[in-house]
Amino acid sequence: MASSAPAATAAAPHPYAPTPYRVLSRVSETADTVTITLAPARGAALGAHRPGQFNMVYAFGVGEVAVSISDDAVAPAPLVHTVRAVGQVTSALARAVPGQVLGVRGPYGRPWPIAGAHGKDVLVVGGGLGLAPLRPLLKELLAHRDRFGRIEIIYGARTPKDLLYYPQIQSWRQRSDWRVQVTVDAAGREWYGDVGLVTARLPDVRLEPARTVAFLCGPEIMMRNTARDLVDRGIPESAIWLSLERNMKCAIAQCGHCQFGPVFVCREGPVFAYTEIRRLLAVREV
Amino acid sequence: MASVGDRRRIERGAFPALLAALRSEGYRILGPTVRDAAIVYDEITAESDLPIGWTDRQGAGTYRLERRDDEALFGYTVGPFSWKRHLFPSRERLWTARRTGDGFEVDPEPPDDRPVAILGARACEIAAMGITDRVFAGAHRDPGYQARRSRLFVLAVQCGQAGGTCFCTSMGTGPGVTGGYDLSLTEILGPGGHRFLAVVGSEAGGRVLDRVPTVPAGDADGAAAEAIVARTAASMGRSMDTTGIRELLPGRPEHPRWEIVARRCLACTNCTMVCPTCFCSTTEEVPSLDAEKAERWRRWDSCFNSQFSQLHGGSVRQSTASRYRQWLTHKLSTWHEQFGTSGCVGCGRCITWCPVGIDLTEEVAAIRVPAPPATAPRGNR
Repeated sequence: MASSAPAATAAAPHPYAPTPYRVLSRVSETADTVTITLAPARGAALGAHRPGQFNMVYAFGVGEVAVSISDDAVAPAPLVHTVRAVGQVTSALARAVPGQVLGVRGPYGRPWPIAGAHGKDVLVVGGGLGLAPLRPLLKELLAHRDRFGRIEIIYGARTPKDLLYYPQIQSWRQRSDWRVQVTVDAAGREWYGDVGLVTARLPDVRLEPARTVAFLCGPEIMMRNTARDLVDRGIPESAIWLSLERNMKCAIAQCGHCQFGPVFVCREGPVFAYTEIRRLLAVREV
Repeated sequence: MASVGDRRRIERGAFPALLAALRSEGYRILGPTVRDAAIVYDEITAESDLPIGWTDRQGAGTYRLERRDDEALFGYTVGPFSWKRHLFPSRERLWTARRTGDGFEVDPEPPDDRPVAILGARACEIAAMGITDRVFAGAHRDPGYQARRSRLFVLAVQCGQAGGTCFCTSMGTGPGVTGGYDLSLTEILGPGGHRFLAVVGSEAGGRVLDRVPTVPAGDADGAAAEAIVARTAASMGRSMDTTGIRELLPGRPEHPRWEIVARRCLACTNCTMVCPTCFCSTTEEVPSLDAEKAERWRRWDSCFNSQFSQLHGGSVRQSTASRYRQWLTHKLSTWHEQFGTSGCVGCGRCITWCPVGIDLTEEVAAIRVPAPPATAPRGNR
């Protein structure tokens, strides 16, 4: 009907239009994964983000992909993204060199509910590339270390060569105000650390179930099994938070791709309480 | 001037004046026309473009045009097109990026602000537009959709007959047009002559009607229109029991029926293409050959495509059963949580245009029957 819908506001930015950002630096993390830092090519930066949120990152002439923000949330500029070269767009982003201009729109999604962990013990479990969206969370835990009780971190990857942010992990492991356990699924004799799944490290973790908040990010099967074990240890389902990954094209709940049952992972997620998605996680091919 | 709620009679002979009035008010007219053995929606330049004397016979997997024994202008139900094609085009450029000395600049596509009148919107189709409005008018408004929607003149025509796959009465969306229109018509044939009862739904509708020769509608016209809607409502080709459907479908993700329907389903995406509310899309990057320009296009996508749920490790929904389950559960259940309404308006297009005749009303009825416990497959845990 001619009068029923409000007219489009001419001044509103186009929801699909990226903002040009220049690559400042590029660091190889693994054989196929790089970390790039970005700053606005000109003009204003995008809005402030919170740990756990993501951006849509665009390579001119190639396309756009959802990438979690893995920078220092305490000092929001520059923007940091860790990208694994898997498809056309991620390969183009992983090839980006300093000086090159990419596009960014965001931030999108629900961040880690860090304030809910104030005064509690914190368990962080990451797997593979899942450490990327957890890194700003870890930085915030350190920045406000006195607000949290005991902090335990478990990070797992397939092999030692697949560990992200390795120098940083080494320095994290030196700290006495939290404990970091690193484990790999398989390793050669050059690896002196733990071998096995992250769930095998859980029994080692000292925590008081009733006052623990857990943040998980990694392959879905890792999160499912970790959450199951944590529930078995008495951690409330509502205190376990997971970051889900789904195909995303728009990031604004309009393209339909990221639906997970009733939720749009881009809008209601990517961070969910285990209570919200436990039933659906147990069903195949949702 | 005709005001909202006014009821006028338009004689059949004055119908061309209605088209002329729309054009005088500046509207481009989209309406029904016969093409490729179907009634589709396209630009209407003259009354002769309309499907005069044609009707459609529809069933699961079949659609046939037939001659009517009268000269009705709107004597059909709905075809494979819906107004979604206008408001949310199957391909649409979103923006163009131009390479500059300093990276690139992005120019959003200017909104198409030509006013358009859609001629012959059915009650279910008006309901469908109300549903897509909720999708594209959330926190992030879609500029193209909003521009087209805000300039849309809706000329509704109440259905004079129900199709073989219609079930709007089950979904509470029709066949009577109750709102969301600028002008509504009921085509009345038979005793008293070929005529239309027009009801004004907006000021814009009143302005158009003022340009058309009319007489105040009599009680007989009103009664005839009511009888037509009642007759249509009583002749639905399908029905669907929607009792508790929001809980039913998500509550039975392992029902064996999903596997049974998947043996027939070709995952061809026809149902989602003809659906007036299916809104899934993907984006395409179209670079120019000299790499100086890149266009971002959005095109319709479907949850039946295997790449739809693609992640680095493969598709989340590998099986056709999981894709059919996603589509039906979303359409009838989780849509409520997302948008406060069902995603189905009961138009029956997905039944008619399914090449193997899968009928969602039949699937819902089958899933309503509890699965024997022994056959329930296990989940992931």
